[in-house]
Amino acid sequence: MHTLTRRLIAFVTVALAALAIGGQPARALVEIDINKGNIEPLPVAITDFISSDGIGAQISGVIAADLKSSGLFAPIGKAAFIEKVSNPDVAPRFADWRVINAQALVIGRVVEEDGGRLRAEFRLWDTFAGEQMLGEQFFTNRENWRRVAHIIADTIYQRLTGEKGYFDTRVVFVSESGPRDARVKRLAIMDQDGANVRFLTRGDNIVLTPRFSPTRQEITYMDFAGGEPKVYLLQLETGQRELVGDFPGMTFSPRFSPDGQQVIMSLQQGGNANIYSMDLRTRRTTRLTNSNAIDTSPSFSPDGSRVVFESDRGGRQQLYVMNASGGEPQRISFGNGSYSTPVWSPRGDLIAFTKQSGGQFSIGVMRPDGSGERILTTGFHNEGPTWAPNGRVLMFFRQAAGSGGPQLYTIDLTGRNERLIKTPEFGSDPAWSPLLE
Amino acid sequence: MRRISNSPISLAVTGLVAVLALSGCAGKKPLPNSAAELGLSGSAVPGTPQDFTVNVGDRIFFDTDSAALRADAQQTLARQAQWLAQYPSFTITIEGHADERGTREYNIALGARRAAAARDYLVSRGVNGGRLRTISYGKERPVATCDDISCWSQNRRAVTVLGGPGA
Repeated sequence: MHTLTRRLIAFVTVALAALAIGGQPARALVEIDINKGNIEPLPVAITDFISSDGIGAQISGVIAADLKSSGLFAPIGKAAFIEKVSNPDVAPRFADWRVINAQALVIGRVVEEDGGRLRAEFRLWDTFAGEQMLGEQFFTNRENWRRVAHIIADTIYQRLTGEKGYFDTRVVFVSESGPRDARVKRLAIMDQDGANVRFLTRGDNIVLTPRFSPTRQEITYMDFAGGEPKVYLLQLETGQRELVGDFPGMTFSPRFSPDGQQVIMSLQQGGNANIYSMDLRTRRTTRLTNSNAIDTSPSFSPDGSRVVFESDRGGRQQLYVMNASGGEPQRISFGNGSYSTPVWSPRGDLIAFTKQSGGQFSIGVMRPDGSGERILTTGFHNEGPTWAPNGRVLMFFRQAAGSGGPQLYTIDLTGRNERLIKTPEFGSDPAWSPLLE
Repeated sequence: MRRISNSPISLAVTGLVAVLALSGCAGKKPLPNSAAELGLSGSAVPGTPQDFTVNVGDRIFFDTDSAALRADAQQTLARQAQWLAQYPSFTITIEGHADERGTREYNIALGARRAAAARDYLVSRGVNGGRLRTISYGKERPVATCDDISCWSQNRRAVTVLGGPGA
């Protein structure tokens, strides 16, 4: 009954056949309109997946934590559950879930198959309509159990919101240790929820501002390894490091183009910094700005046609948008203060930035034409937003006064759902990966 | 029933970089700020880096978000140029720094702009540009580590570091 197709890849997704439920009237299925302003989180019941050991409960725990972290879902405490699910292939007693106001119910099972492979299957039920909304199976190695949980959470998120999830993603960041005047900085990578931290560099040199390639297992970042700080590429699978370009001076502030074929960055020339792009295949470089100013933090629009960057050409740091081929930029930030570190949303609809005003550092967003500015969080020091791949959540770093070091936080576009992402050391310069494939 | 057709997922990333050996070695120590920190009292041997730091002054300071050379900075640089003319064997690295009250990438450029301003002044006072190189540390290497202006004003600096024979 279960298996429709099988593909011999690390993860295989298979739809489970819907259970036959007789006589239920059709009703509108539960769903969330993410675009509504003030969303009440949807109460959901996520039961411990049935398993012979603790793995089922662990997977359920990660799914619940993912959904809760989005701010769109409110997992109900297990103590309130009335029905104890023992067979996920039998329809639940919907009344038992309706009475605790669980709008949606997630049940599942994890089985270790011959050869040690895990089979994880789950069903998502609409408890008020009495209908199955999802039923899927995944096969994987045990060590990947967290990924299975994130993939299931993404599947549920997408089914209930109509938008792609972002839980099966990673974040590259700078892990900081040691005294503040001699900080050791290492590149590190982790799951978006802070699990599975791995260090990518040894801490011999200062490393800054890592950013993911949209298309390859590769990051670009700034490294003080040579006599002069420069932009490098780092292959995540091999650890191989490669200098980007042969520029006569310090290069910094790199970012990939949406097709992954170019790196755009700043080149320091005396007291000025200008923006250049380099085609990674042809090695050809193109100068995009030409000013007696600091032009930096370039970021492509998702269609690759435009670039937003910051410049102090008008006196203080402000945001400008230009064509990806260069030309006269248009200033888009006009509020009270200075604006920096612009990052174009993967959806194209917003630009996130750091704003300095009145001695405070804020994270905010505005539309690409500069309208609709909204500040999401303000404090002593908030800096460097990066977008989740669905464009609904930002990660950034914050250093509270007297705290000794920065930490990573996420915040959603409402500004109401802010969360600390715990890291083993201080953390800064986060960059979100695309959805993993 | 609703069939969700997830695309297959490969695990390219999980084979990630074998974790590199972790070393706890600290970064380069900044130069001392004053004669007192060096344990000296203005009696360094002439022509030594200690002499330069103690009696000439190895660093200049800047106003917030500025690379303009203040009068006190110009006096220090003029003394540096004089000393460097007297002791021509030293090569010189000018380190530009910013305080922590700015964003990382801008501060990298601001540190470079400060180093360039100091460099240009030394060249205008006769120091051979071939002896000079600049590097920016942005806000990465503060010397004073508190969260108020008493520290920030010390961190907005350009430091002239001597190298080459004799250093």
